[in-house]
This record gives sequence, structure tokens and C-alpha cells, in this order.
Amino acid sequence: MKALVAVKEVMLVEDEFEIEGVEIAEQHLSADLNEWDGYAIEEAVELQEDGIVDEVVTVTIGPEECEQTIRQALAKGADRSIRIWDDTLEGADLIDVDAKTEILSAVIEEENPDLVLTGVQAGDDSFAATGVSVAENLGFQWGAVVNHLEHDFEDGLASVHRELEGGIEELTDLELPAVLTIQTGINEPRYASLRGIRQAQRKELDVKTLSDIGVDESRIATEFELTDMYEPESKSDTTIWEGNAGETSSKLGELLRDKGVAQ
Amino acid sequence: MTDVLAVTDHRRGDLRDISYELITAGRELADETGGDLHLVIINGPVDRFAQKCNRVGVDTIHTVSYGEEFNHDIYTQVITQLYHNLAPKYILTPNSVNGLDYAPAIANRLDLPIVTDTIDLETDGKSLVATREMYGGKVETTNQYEGNVVVTIRGAEWPAAEVTGDAKVKPFDAEIDEDAIGSTVTGFEEAVGGNVDISEADLLVSIGRGIEEKENLDLIRNLADTLDATLSSSRPIVDNGWLPKNRQVGQSGKVVTPEVYIAIGISGAVQHVAGMKGSDTIIAINTDPNAPIMDIADYAIVDDLFDVVPELIEEFQ
Ligand SMILES: Cc1cc2nc3c(=O)[nH]c(=O)nc-3n(C[C@H](O)[C@H](O)[C@H](O)COP(=O)(O)OP(=O)(O)OC[C@H]3O[C@@H](n4cnc5c(N)ncnc54)[C@H](O)[C@@H]3O)c2cc1C
Repeated sequence: MKALVAVKEVMLVEDEFEIEGVEIAEQHLSADLNEWDGYAIEEAVELQEDGIVDEVVTVTIGPEECEQTIRQALAKGADRSIRIWDDTLEGADLIDVDAKTEILSAVIEEENPDLVLTGVQAGDDSFAATGVSVAENLGFQWGAVVNHLEHDFEDGLASVHRELEGGIEELTDLELPAVLTIQTGINEPRYASLRGIRQAQRKELDVKTLSDIGVDESRIATEFELTDMYEPESKSDTTIWEGNAGETSSKLGELLRDKGVAQ
Repeated sequence: MTDVLAVTDHRRGDLRDISYELITAGRELADETGGDLHLVIINGPVDRFAQKCNRVGVDTIHTVSYGEEFNHDIYTQVITQLYHNLAPKYILTPNSVNGLDYAPAIANRLDLPIVTDTIDLETDGKSLVATREMYGGKVETTNQYEGNVVVTIRGAEWPAAEVTGDAKVKPFDAEIDEDAIGSTVTGFEEAVGGNVDISEADLLVSIGRGIEEKENLDLIRNLADTLDATLSSSRPIVDNGWLPKNRQVGQSGKVVTPEVYIAIGISGAVQHVAGMKGSDTIIAINTDPNAPIMDIADYAIVDDLFDVVPELIEEFQ
């Protein structure tokens, strides 16, 4: 069995930042592996360690700079990686769900995996839609927000738990091939070992353009325009206690006594 | 004319609150250009649900009974067929875990764009302007779409529609292709943990990823003991296995309504806030003055928790 993991590099914003137009100024951003994708990689690697999956391949849409993030996935145990990039994607503020679906679907068709794992959402744009969209596009089954996966795939079924609201889980059986969007907490992602990091440098990282995977430029036109970005208005009546830790904690102490919840 | 099709959410025999919020959001959108609001209820006790959802603003309620519970294959088939019948401009669904399990599939099948987790919507009849957050709530963005769109809405952003209305209720004769059903819901399970019920506490000391290391949790336990408070947390603490699942506050954890909620090193992501915004008084201790938790806090200390918490413990010893 083959597993393919969609891995995204996301941008984290510093505590203090400035907005330039419809973007956060670059100097306030840092890149990291999407938190949810870290759990997806771990799940695939555990499937391989359990002897169920033979090969774990990752796919990333992104420019050369994100190769460090891809190497993190390789260092944690993925076998090889594919990176898709193209000049036409350069300058796009955001790549929308439909465009990602086209690109990832083309790679998945070529790779023909039995199982595709993605994160539930990307920590930066939080669309939380790509995995299910890809599944539908390919005619695969899918499960969104999966926090448990049985590792036996009896009768060609993936038995999953989907984490619903309010601490309730839905138990669902899905026919393979399937796309699962992985929720945090499903496993304990490992840290890459030094050996893993060294090995990752030698693993295959294949770079492809849209034409290499047969996606026409016209299929990836973004369907919306980002027209504004701003900081949300803060509730104006928040009282910020000023002073050093001693002073602020006594103000908090006073409030707790006033409310009668602590003595 | 902008017609809207909104999809209700239910689970284990109960309509979920967002169904009524969808009516308000859908009505607003339809009103902006004088269109109709259609509601669809798929599976479960549809007639009972239709009665409950019959609120002012809804024009037609379509019911489809094809099993008790949610099944994304059935939802996808039904909504696609209804869309072809009614030709609404917008399909509105909840941004719930189930909404996210079918809305992207519908968008793909119908070749429509999808915008998720919206908190405000506006249309002039031609284009749609959707407001949503990015970077964990640090910024808001507006996004403009032309043409028809699939939209998921965030819970608790629109008021629930309350007044009983006189919508037409029509069973919709969907043709379900059984061969295309590749998923089966086999049951439900409730999260288990210890016997502490954080939803009963008056004072919650809640800790988030700002604690950094498991060992540092002792400091917070110490604070909770000193204040005689109950210890709860954001999700990453539970994901790391540092606290049991029944201590998690939020959308996928518990909803709490204490007198005082002290959020320590918690950013205030929407899924966390969903579980604690009903607290009487909210206090945030966070180094980041721009953290979204600051927007809902009544009082805030912008400082390092490792400086503030020891002082606070001393204060009460
Ligand atoms: C479907 C779904 C369901 C979810 N359900 C839940 C849920 O039920 N509950 C939940 O909590 N989350 C839930 N989440 C996760 C949620 O999106 C956030 O990832 C999570 O709430 C973040 O937790 P946090 O605030 O502890 O961590 P972070 O967002 O990492 O924030 C840490 C905060 O600590 C501050 N900090 C760091 N160091 C210090 C210091 N020394 N002193 C003071 N402050 C410091 C930082 O400024 C930051 O604001 C869910 C996500 C999804 C997609």
C-alpha cells in the first residue's frame, strides 16, 4: 500500500506586525511545517512501521524556499517528496482551494496511492477544504477531521473516528482509496533524529512544474480577490492592567477576592 | 435576484443551534436582492425538524429522509440535485465538522468556488464579499467572489432566527445512487477522562501552549491549588497528553461558563473561544498584546506567565 501526504509550509506571524496592503509585511513572518500536517506525516510513517504501507510520499505546492520544511517531513521518515511550483503561482496572495485541488489531483493520479493524508486545515489561511475537495475530484472516499485510524484496513475499508463538536466522535467506515484530513492529537509526532536529518538530505525531492504534471494554467486561476486585510477591532472595554508582574498580579488578586472566587 | 439554499445541521435526533443561525445569515443574503431562502433538511426526523426550522424568513423547507444520521455521500448527492433544481446563487452550510465534510465536495462537484468559516457576508446581487480570519485570528480579510459560491458560516456569528414562520414544507424526491455511497457511519463515542467536570467550576485556571514544557505545568497546578480553582486547558495541552481530554475547553472539548476564567498562555483561537466565551469574567495573561484572546478578555495582563504566576501564587499564600 502506498500513502501520500500533502505537506504545506505555513507562515507564522510575530506578536507585533504590520500590514502592507493585503499582506503581512514579510519581516514579521516565519515559515514552518503546518501543525496539522505534522500529525498526518506521523500517521503515515506509523503505518509504514506497522508494515501496512510500503512507501510514504509527500507532495507540496510551494517555491524553493520551502524545501527546508519538506526535508523535515523526510527526516521524520517519509521516503521521497514532490514539490510543485510554477511562475504562474508566484505572486498569488493565496492559492485557492480549487487550484490546489487541480494540482494535488494531478500528482495523486500519477502516484496512485491507496491513502492520502492531509492536515485538517492550514494554520495560516484555515480554509479546511482542500482534502475533501481533492477526494471528490478524484472519485476517492474521504473523511474530514479524523482523530483515530484503525491500522488494519480489513476488507479494503478505512475505519476512522471523526472528531465532532463537544467531545463526541463519529465512527465511520470508508472505502479505499480515501483521503483523510488528520486532526491534531491522533498520535504523537516524533522529532526527527539526527540520523533522520542526515538521511533526509539524500532522499529524493522531485521538483515539477504545472506542465510536467499536465495541469493547464487556465485551471488554476484564483476565483476570488483578497480586497482587504486589517486587525480585528478589539472589544473596547478590555482593561489592561499596567505595571510589573507584582503589581499586575495584585490587581488580579484583588479582583478574584472581590468576585469571591478566591481568598 | 439572489436565492439562497441553506443546509441544516443535526446530530442524534437534535437540530444544532447553527441551523437557526444559518436562517438569519441566509435571509440577510437573500434580502439584499429580494431572493428566496430555501432550507434543506437531510435525514433524521425531518418532519419534526421542519416544524422547528419553520421560522420567519424561510420561504421553502425541503425535506429528504434517507437514514437517521449524517452521511456525506447522501448529503452531497441531495444538495447537488437541489442546486440543479433551484439554481440558487449561494449554498450556505455550517462551518461545522460535518459541514466541512461535504461542502468542499459539493463545490468541487458543481465547479463552484468555496469560502469557509465566514463571519460576515454581503452581496450586491452580483458579487459576494465574505469576511474571514487568517493566521489564527490575528487578522481579518475581505474576499470578493463573482458568480455562484458555496459558503460555510462560523457558529455564533449570526443571531438565531426565533420567530415561527409560514414556510412551505416540501419533501424533495432525491434520486440516491446507492452505488456511489462509499461511507457508513457505524456509531458514536463520547470522549472519556477522569471524573472532574470543568463545566461545574466557578473559577477555572486554564493553560495553553505558552507553558512550553510539561514540567512547567507544576507551576499552574500550584496556582490552581492555591486558588482552590479547577485546572483546564486549550487543546495542544491535551494533544500532548499532558492533561486528560475532559480538561479541554473548546469546540471539540467542553463548554464552560465559570464566574472567572483565567486564560494563561492561550491565544484565543476561535475553536477555543467557542468553549469559554460565556464565562462571566475573562482574564488573559499573555505576552502578545495582539493575541485574539485580548479581544474578548475583560481584564488582561500583557506579560510573561513565568513572571506573573509565581507572584500570584505568593499573593494568596
Ligand atoms: C476542528 C478543530 C477543533 C478544535 N478544537 C479545539 C478545542 O476544543 N479547544 C482548543 O483549545 N483548541 C481547539 N482547536 C485548536 C485551535 O485551533 C488552536 O490551535 C488552539 O486553541 C491553540 O491553543 P493555544 O492557544 O494554547 O496555543 P497557541 O495558539 O500556540 O497560543 C499560545 C499563546 O501563548 C502565548 N505565550 C507564549 N509564551 C508565553 C509566556 N511565557 N507567557 C504568556 N503567554 C505566552 C502566546 O503569545 C500565544 O498567544 C481546534 C482546531 C480545529 C481545527
